[in-house]
Amino acid sequence: MPRLIRHGALADDRWTLLREARSLADVPAHGPVIVPLALWAAERSALSARGDVGVLLAPADDPAALGEDLATLPVIAIDFPTFVDGRGYSIARLLRERHGYLGELRAVGDVLRDQLYLMAECGFDAFVVRADRDAADALAGLVDFAGVYAPTVRAPQPWFRRRVAAAAT
Amino acid sequence: MYRYDSFDQSLVSRRVAQFRDQTRRFLAGELTEDEFRPLRLQNGLYVQKHAPMLRVAIPYGLLSSLQLRKLAHIARTYDRGYGHFTTRQNVQFNWPRLEEVPEILAELAKVEMHAIQTSGNCIRNTTSDPFAGVAADEIVDPRPWTELVRQWSTIHPEFAFLPRKFKIAITGATRDRTAVLVHDIGAQAVRSEAGEIGFRVAAGGGQGRTPIVGHVIREFLPAQELLNYFDAILRVYNRHGRRDNKYKARIKILVREMTPAAFVREVEREWERLRGGPGTVPDDEIARLSAHFVDPPYADLPRSSAACLSALADSRPFSRWAARNVAAHKRNGYAIVTLSLKTTGVPPGDLTADRMDAVAELADRYSFGELRVTHEQNLVLADVPQSDLHALWLRLKELGLATPNIGLLTDIVCCPGGDFCSLANAKSIPIAEAIQRRFDDVDYLHDLGDIELNLSGCINACGHHHVGNIGILGVDKDGSEWYQVSLGGAQGNATSLGKVIGPSFAADEMPDVIERIVDVYVERRQPGESFIEAVRRLDIEPFRERVYATAD
Repeated sequence: MPRLIRHGALADDRWTLLREARSLADVPAHGPVIVPLALWAAERSALSARGDVGVLLAPADDPAALGEDLATLPVIAIDFPTFVDGRGYSIARLLRERHGYLGELRAVGDVLRDQLYLMAECGFDAFVVRADRDAADALAGLVDFAGVYAPTVRAPQPWFRRRVAAAAT
Repeated sequence: MYRYDSFDQSLVSRRVAQFRDQTRRFLAGELTEDEFRPLRLQNGLYVQKHAPMLRVAIPYGLLSSLQLRKLAHIARTYDRGYGHFTTRQNVQFNWPRLEEVPEILAELAKVEMHAIQTSGNCIRNTTSDPFAGVAADEIVDPRPWTELVRQWSTIHPEFAFLPRKFKIAITGATRDRTAVLVHDIGAQAVRSEAGEIGFRVAAGGGQGRTPIVGHVIREFLPAQELLNYFDAILRVYNRHGRRDNKYKARIKILVREMTPAAFVREVEREWERLRGGPGTVPDDEIARLSAHFVDPPYADLPRSSAACLSALADSRPFSRWAARNVAAHKRNGYAIVTLSLKTTGVPPGDLTADRMDAVAELADRYSFGELRVTHEQNLVLADVPQSDLHALWLRLKELGLATPNIGLLTDIVCCPGGDFCSLANAKSIPIAEAIQRRFDDVDYLHDLGDIELNLSGCINACGHHHVGNIGILGVDKDGSEWYQVSLGGAQGNATSLGKVIGPSFAADEMPDVIERIVDVYVERRQPGESFIEAVRRLDIEPFRERVYATAD
């Protein structure tokens, strides 16, 4: 059963997340993989040449460390070691709003239905739902709300500006 | 007051539906206790000693009579016929059933109320001046700004899982009635030399186990940048606040560990990137919000009411009540009336459903159908014609809400304590009552003048004991309840933290301890010197000496 939600629908996941990879020896020669930031930084030239390598950011990682790779990385995964660790929401917004990252941004780890709406507003477009939960059921979490007041990645204009625009049309 | 539009209403209704489904899934075993806990907390629901406790937000303390009647209805239908007003402009119900909470939230939504983010590690209910809009010392009406902040913070997707809870207070007056310096963020309106409105922003204040007075991190923030600046503060906190130890997770610890100067640099750097962006508040939006907070249709009244003046001359009890419970209004012929919820024998801040209905009726008759709740756990009718004061007082006396003790020793700020709260180390309500019983001489209380006595049943300091002129903290020693006393705390413009005077006391010693402290003040005060001024001049030593010398 797929665990991946991508662009609002269930999808097959072709990416392998290598949480524990420490050196190139831990990385299979073929197939799309996501590696920790430390390994990416150490083996950047070898890994980026493949074109099918994404990066995993831990909550304490600085997204600015990816620098110009942000223009080409196909996938960035942000780890939620527990769903109550909210640092990943700020990292996601920084990637989208400050660093202009346009590739896939996926939430991995303790990813549950009741946080999906918030994650989507912060710029995530893919979610690997925790293994013991039903991703089809989690889809419902994406539509818990139909917008919030604060500016978000999905709605860069806050409600007080959207309201004016809505009234004008 | 602010009225929801269709967007506001739909957001709150969706929240109710979301929580209804979360509760259903929890009861069906689809959500574990650990998964459900943050969800229920962010909807105001604690699990307490005897039952769940539901905390309902009263944004910036403003309530209509319709809303108060709804609270009365909820107290009667889903609880045991009363509610408890807290030190953060919320109201708590102590006995709801978990299964019925979604229904209570649906009832609240019908009167434009909610319990969103009244608990949990998120941005809590933003508090403000209970005299907003009627105080003479106002630079700007804080209500449009606090409503703006309420909206911005509600389901702010980036900040739903902060390291710890986050409390904001905003005032528009020169005299701080909102304790801005003991909040995670406290913003006080200021006017620049050029006449522009802005805010002086303090951060990193708070009480709890590590009390700290907030640091002013920006002397003048242009008002339209308020949300951008708050976003910057919250982002720095969300990314860098400690998550390894919940006792070190508040922003005050981050500010201290980084140093205030380094914290400010980080915030300013983040703000530079957000400044002028979409979160900048347009004048039109503030105008739109301000239109919800225009003056009620005041009558043109003489500066003072002859009938009121003659009643004051005739009745000592009335004049004593007026001296403490009535404050000056910006408008000729009107007055601000505080209803004391500190009557001896009633837990501080508690109000029965019947009295809620009665107060709603008084608000309709005398104060344009609105009232406010204060962080000192009292209620305020903000727009009462002076000519109605005597009639209002007579009715309040019948209701037991006319105790003439606002700001006096018996106006005790007090958490629910060990009788209800599962965090508490000690009971607080019986201690408050014992002190109120000891000081039952109204003339003596009035002679003592302003004394703030704040009482918390545990280190979390919901009773704000750190900023009480006299602070009492319940502690647990080997399984029994003891009380630690501090002196010299104060809220407001001259915020200070109390100093502990020495070893703690047993519950039955407390009235004597307070009496000795007050005796020292009476003996050593200079003409016109208030209790807190005397403590600041004398320091705690003479008080300590007296208290421990005679404790045998």
